[in-house]
Amino acid sequence: MGLVTLSVVSIIIFSSMELLPGDFGQAVLGQAATEETVAAFRRELGLDQSAVMRYGQWISAALQGDLGTSFSGRNASGVDRSREVIDLVVPRLRNTLFLASVAALIAVPLALILGITTALFRNSIYDRSVNIGTLTTISFPEFFVAYILILFLSSLYPVFPSLANVDSDTQFSERFYRTALPALTLTLVIVAHMMRMTRAAIINLLASPYIQMARLSGATPTEVIIKHALPNAWAPIATVIAFNLAYLVVGVVVVEVVFVYPGIGQLMVDAVSSRDIPVVQACALIFAMTYILLNLLADIIGIVTNPRLLHPK
Amino acid sequence: MSQKQNTYSAVDEVGAVTEQRTFLKRILIDLRKAPYTARFGILIIFIYITVALFAPILSPYGEAEVFPEPYAAWSSTHVFGTDQIGRDIFSRMIYGARNTVGIAVATTVLAFLIGGVLGLAAAINRSYLDQFLSRTVDVLMAIPSLIFALVLLSIFGSTVTNLILIIAVLDSTRVFRLTRAVSLNVVVMDYVEAARLRGEGLGWIMRREILPNILPPLIAEFGLRFCFVFLTIAALSFLGVGIQPPTADWGSMVRENASLIMFAQYDIKAGLTPLLPAAAIALLTVAINFVVDWFLHKTSGLRDEI
Amino acid sequence: MKFNSQNDDVLLDVKDIKIQGFSDEKWHDIVKGVNLTLRRGEVMGLIGESGAGKSTLGLAAMGYTQPGCRIIGGEVNFDGTDLAQLSDVEKRSYWGNRMTYVAQSAAASFNPAHRLIEQTTASTIRAGIKTKSEAYSDAQSLYDALNLPDPNNIGIRYPHQVSGGQLQRVMTAMAMSPRPDLIVFDEPTTALDVTTQVEVLSSMRAIVEEFNTAAIYITHDLAVVAQMADVIKVLRFGEEVEEAATRQMLSHPKEAYTKSLWSVRTLEKPVRAPANSVLSLTGIDAAYGRTKVLHQVNIEVPKGSTVAVVGESGSGKSTTARVITGLLPQSAGSLKFEGKNLPPRLADRSKDQKRRIQMIYQMADTAMNPRQTVKEIIGRPLEFYLNMRGQRKTDRVIELLEMIELDEKFLERLPEELSGGQKQRICIARALAAEPDFIICDEVTSALDQIVQEGILKLLLRLQENLGLTYLFITHDISTVQAIADQVVVMNEGKVVEQGLKDDVFQAPHPAYTELLLSSVPEMDPDWLSKLTQKRSIFRS
Repeated sequence: MGLVTLSVVSIIIFSSMELLPGDFGQAVLGQAATEETVAAFRRELGLDQSAVMRYGQWISAALQGDLGTSFSGRNASGVDRSREVIDLVVPRLRNTLFLASVAALIAVPLALILGITTALFRNSIYDRSVNIGTLTTISFPEFFVAYILILFLSSLYPVFPSLANVDSDTQFSERFYRTALPALTLTLVIVAHMMRMTRAAIINLLASPYIQMARLSGATPTEVIIKHALPNAWAPIATVIAFNLAYLVVGVVVVEVVFVYPGIGQLMVDAVSSRDIPVVQACALIFAMTYILLNLLADIIGIVTNPRLLHPK
Repeated sequence: MSQKQNTYSAVDEVGAVTEQRTFLKRILIDLRKAPYTARFGILIIFIYITVALFAPILSPYGEAEVFPEPYAAWSSTHVFGTDQIGRDIFSRMIYGARNTVGIAVATTVLAFLIGGVLGLAAAINRSYLDQFLSRTVDVLMAIPSLIFALVLLSIFGSTVTNLILIIAVLDSTRVFRLTRAVSLNVVVMDYVEAARLRGEGLGWIMRREILPNILPPLIAEFGLRFCFVFLTIAALSFLGVGIQPPTADWGSMVRENASLIMFAQYDIKAGLTPLLPAAAIALLTVAINFVVDWFLHKTSGLRDEI
Repeated sequence: MKFNSQNDDVLLDVKDIKIQGFSDEKWHDIVKGVNLTLRRGEVMGLIGESGAGKSTLGLAAMGYTQPGCRIIGGEVNFDGTDLAQLSDVEKRSYWGNRMTYVAQSAAASFNPAHRLIEQTTASTIRAGIKTKSEAYSDAQSLYDALNLPDPNNIGIRYPHQVSGGQLQRVMTAMAMSPRPDLIVFDEPTTALDVTTQVEVLSSMRAIVEEFNTAAIYITHDLAVVAQMADVIKVLRFGEEVEEAATRQMLSHPKEAYTKSLWSVRTLEKPVRAPANSVLSLTGIDAAYGRTKVLHQVNIEVPKGSTVAVVGESGSGKSTTARVITGLLPQSAGSLKFEGKNLPPRLADRSKDQKRRIQMIYQMADTAMNPRQTVKEIIGRPLEFYLNMRGQRKTDRVIELLEMIELDEKFLERLPEELSGGQKQRICIARALAAEPDFIICDEVTSALDQIVQEGILKLLLRLQENLGLTYLFITHDISTVQAIADQVVVMNEGKVVEQGLKDDVFQAPHPAYTELLLSSVPEMDPDWLSKLTQKRSIFRS
């Protein structure tokens, strides 16, 4: 199922090329481009071949790691200073993964703990205040959270740098220090979502008759959670985590732009502004792939932990 | 009295039956019982609507009127100073309410029209149409919508119409799913079967039997979707690929004035300037979320979060 | 072990217990000061209608309140300790050890993630009563005592791998595993079919007797409680109506309310002589997708009479109704209404044909649009079929309301502002509004309390008398059949087992299935279950 979706998605992303306006070659190469260079450019894009064939070539090349050549750096003079998309993408993908994993490593355990505890003490003062807090955070645009953090932690009290410029030579501790603000922003944003969903999933579960049964057979609250609720909660919790990690993928775009972090999200935004289609396609493909894989993973966890499917009749 | 309890009469049989109330009474009672968060939310939403409607009257200057001094400090002539090319920020904030909120409302309405109609049709039809639509939506939802929007905008270009169309179509997938799901719950009800047995047409069943019953979750969803659309458009504008200048828009205003934030040490007001439009966005979404949260809680506590 | 007033060894003494529940942002009284005394080895039946507070009281006897409820007064003295004063930690040492609980829905009350035997023995092992191996072998002997198939291996299964009746017995084994002093049974057989119920009841009773365990048995079914209890306590609106030993309660109920509970069982309609058929089903086959659910069904419905279709869940009785209404077109066979062929598909039937066949549903809650007022609900068929509008329509709605013993005060009410019985009456009025000849009643009384049931049945009989209606009455409840039917059709596994006049069907000799079904219906005689088990065991050997 995941594979089918992925291939359909790749077709959609590929088709974006098809929808380009006719004079696109002209637009990329500039007004001064001659007829020949435009024609050559069209040939290079393969626009003279059938769409199906081009899709085949594109996808098989992409599978081998060849994502094509960037549009930028070309000009009318015919001197080609453009770079391979793959060279642009890989170092930035590494940066983005670093940022996302730092955020996820803090956010996931924090959200689960908050979600489970608020579910346990629901309607208490603690629950209500966490609830209002997260409801507020959810409503904030990512850049608002980011700028508030910058205002306090970088501008007024310079604790962390406001620009997270890292490169491949940056030391790990230095890298960690510089990514602190973007990671914190992402954490705040997804903790709120994840915590609310975890809370809802647990409350849903605690309402089942077998939980009352467990209480009535003398199980302690901890035992109820660990032994009776948790084995049945993996599927909903996995879905919650996957959903939010997928959300992280999206949030990363804005946050990278705010902090000028050299990640794949910023690359994509730049490419969109300059209409550098091969780069946009490559980035979109990577984002979509991550997203689909995460959701697939959640489905698999859901199936693997479902006793009904584990032990068929 | 005990005698009365022990004999059976249909009219007297009340049990836990509540009083009969008129529609208006119900709303008033609900409002009076609403928590402070919800009342606060309603007030804020009301203020935003007023500002958006009367923007030309309320704002001291024009939307794109340029003054000689860029990045002017806060003063009595320019309440929140001016931006990088010398436009009055306060006026642009007010016009921003009209533009940003207006575009988000238009987008959400469009998304609901597309998603709602198709979702209802899929729930009632339940055959090829349902299969086809559901699979299409599955695929569309497999791509994160911000990413998809970026791809599409890079192809079609960032005009307001494109923006509305693209976001509306992408967002209608979620509306479709919800409408379909809640309609399916209603379609299996005996009263819908009773209407079919009576021989009622499809139009009547959709309008009179199903629609009134799926309305509460859909209204709540409208609030949540609006927030989502609003934030997506703000994010796109912030990234520079959404609403284009010179149209005043809160997302792009944040981006344009972002550099001011580093001056906060020297002039806290200047540092706050880029946060103002961001706060305007945040405040409205918080307000809507509070109202929706209360509404959901009230109409059966359907779900806690999407 | 029958009721014995000399036995003063009191195990449980609940004094003036008051419990409240939280709903609509207010605290409401659920139990308003009830006393309950239970001696060791005694079984008390708690009986009452919905909202009587019987489950709440049963749980309170264990010192437990459901989330959203609280005990605001009274004592729960269990073996000399007031449970209401104990902390949760202290109460936990009683639960699953000295007192255990058997829930209504076994399917939902077992944790799907653990094996049956683990769940059966968990609390016994936790309390340190037995070691794991002792508890496991004890569980196997309990499974055996409860007549579960393959007692040595059934425990390694997961809950979804065994049937509902078996699960309910496993839950009884679980409750018995720590050899408690007290077991609370909360409607344990309500969700089961009658033929399954008999087996579960007799196993439960045997094991409670064997270990001389005290029990509280909560149910709304008088005949069931008559088999299980030594003493019966009747509750209503959170208060005690009366308490007496079972035999005395059955033969001489004191209070009017108790008598009215008993009387519904005795309603019986005199059989009407068969007239010409108004509806006939000939050789009907029907299927959902590939699964065939009806096989060669033939049913004749005489004009002006009531035909009851009886069967357990899955017997095809509701499917028969769907075929008649045209919702599920038959794959073979023919339907004739007043001698003329009725098109199988609803869409092919004329408006008049649709008007003349009406249907009333089991759950009045889901049969009425919660957003429409009574006037709209009843008025729509008038408008749709009979083209009535304005004042004429309103007048007719009021007339119909009066026919169902309600009045014009109800016109503007929404369904949520009606009680269960009133809702079902509105549904009847909606059916009557179409001026039908033939009404299908699908389990119309089974979701209602006994007294309300009686009112609805009497109303239906009176309407039949006055309007000459024909009913097809679908039910699983034999006493309802006694009350309303002229003719009976017994169905099992999609086939008609037997049909004929009520008296003929209910008198021996029966086909084997009818015999099983009829003999499984609990009777008000406290010795019924003993006699039946004896008879069946003789029959088996």
